[in-house]
Amino acid sequence: MAYFGRGLLQGLRVTLRNLTRRSVTAHYPDVEPDLPPRSRGVIALQEENCTSCMLCARECPSWCITIDSHKEVIPAATEGGRDRSQNVLDQFDIDYSICMYCSICIEVCPFDALHWSPEFAYAEGDLKDLTHDMNRLRTWMDTVPPPQALDAGAEQGKELDAYERSREADQ
Amino acid sequence: MGELLDALLRCLLVLGAFLTLPLLVGQMEHKAMAHMQSRVGPMAAGGFHGWAQLVADGIKFVQKESITPVAADRRVFELAPAVALVPYLVAMLAIPLGPFFGQGNLIGQDLDLGLFFVLAAMSVGVLGTLMGGLGSGNKYSYIGGMRVAAQLMSYELPMVLAAASVAMAAGTLSLIGIADAWEPWWLLAQLPGLIVFFVAGLAELQRPPFDAPLADAELVMGPLTEYGGMRFAMFLLAEYAGIVVLAGLTTVLFLGGWAGPWSDHLGWAWTLLKIAGVSFLVIWARVAYPRLREDQVNALAWKVLVPLALAQVTLTTVLVVW
Repeated sequence: MAYFGRGLLQGLRVTLRNLTRRSVTAHYPDVEPDLPPRSRGVIALQEENCTSCMLCARECPSWCITIDSHKEVIPAATEGGRDRSQNVLDQFDIDYSICMYCSICIEVCPFDALHWSPEFAYAEGDLKDLTHDMNRLRTWMDTVPPPQALDAGAEQGKELDAYERSREADQ
Repeated sequence: MGELLDALLRCLLVLGAFLTLPLLVGQMEHKAMAHMQSRVGPMAAGGFHGWAQLVADGIKFVQKESITPVAADRRVFELAPAVALVPYLVAMLAIPLGPFFGQGNLIGQDLDLGLFFVLAAMSVGVLGTLMGGLGSGNKYSYIGGMRVAAQLMSYELPMVLAAASVAMAAGTLSLIGIADAWEPWWLLAQLPGLIVFFVAGLAELQRPPFDAPLADAELVMGPLTEYGGMRFAMFLLAEYAGIVVLAGLTTVLFLGGWAGPWSDHLGWAWTLLKIAGVSFLVIWARVAYPRLREDQVNALAWKVLVPLALAQVTLTTVLVVW
């Protein structure tokens, strides 16, 4: 229904309604924020999963990841077998002073070595200290929360489907 | 000797009200506006819900350097904040608060021409902003000053007409006389006058939605662009003192001043309560409405408020003669 002054009354009504409701402000320094599991706070490194494939370092738009590794030879387990080699990380640094939190490294990682953690309070007095090395990135893994529960009726993912099918075949 | 002491005490009381009431309105604006926008407003200063925020602001303003631009008209520029602030102090002197525990009326000075005096003082207050606009030597300030001038010209007329309507109905220009003559049915008979007076008063104070002269999106801060530190604080204080004066006048003229239960003793409390209510409306209008464009500001005055005020005067004349 349109009548003269409706908009004026509406403005008053909306503001008055807000006045009587609780505000939505998060009282941050006093109350810790409740962040969802995939919040882009800091990137954590699961070192054992990393194969030094360099995909993340190359895809990074701001070139903030530095990786160095060496090869180690694993002797053959059986007589006359072939020796295996694997990459071992020497250095994995993320420079958070130039990281733009785009999440490309995490998406591109084929072995789930990188994860988002919602921790965000790691400001430093010196710019250089914003470069987190392998050990520090490893400690962030403790703060990575479990992934959100799937919606009811959602597909659980190809990998799990394949796993369950193989279990059924075994039985 | 007793007379001198009495006058001194009254002056001190008015000064005290002048220094505290605008701050209370300012704090109310901080908190009410915040909650209307689903925020909480200042919370840290003073510990309990940021009650000392304006005190902290004041201390900050005092510490700032006082700068006068080279291009400014030095004396006009430096005098402007005082011209903006002092008239409201003078106006408060003549606004009655009502009976105080049966001790007579709480007022700085009861004037026979009280209404005339207060309206004249309020108009002088606007001149301070105008002086700031023309004296800053800044184009934004200048345009803002021009807008102030246009707004002053437009809104003075409906405001005075609306006030004249009440004065005619009461048959006196004394503010105490008007409030005493007030009767509840005036709320209806003088309703257009009340609306015109309130809206014109908002425009006179350059409060949103009539803050086209300040219009921070277009004119930086209008006439206040070049001001900082204590001088800026004086302009701010003038704005809130202006709200108190406008709310006080609206209360005394249109809402019956101290009319209410036990008004012989608690009249002053009733007046203060009504003043707080009207001040809340001023804040509410700021939150609820967007700024009017410059042409809309003037169109509203000449095409709506002036005719409405003239109709109100005519109606009051008929009622009085009849």
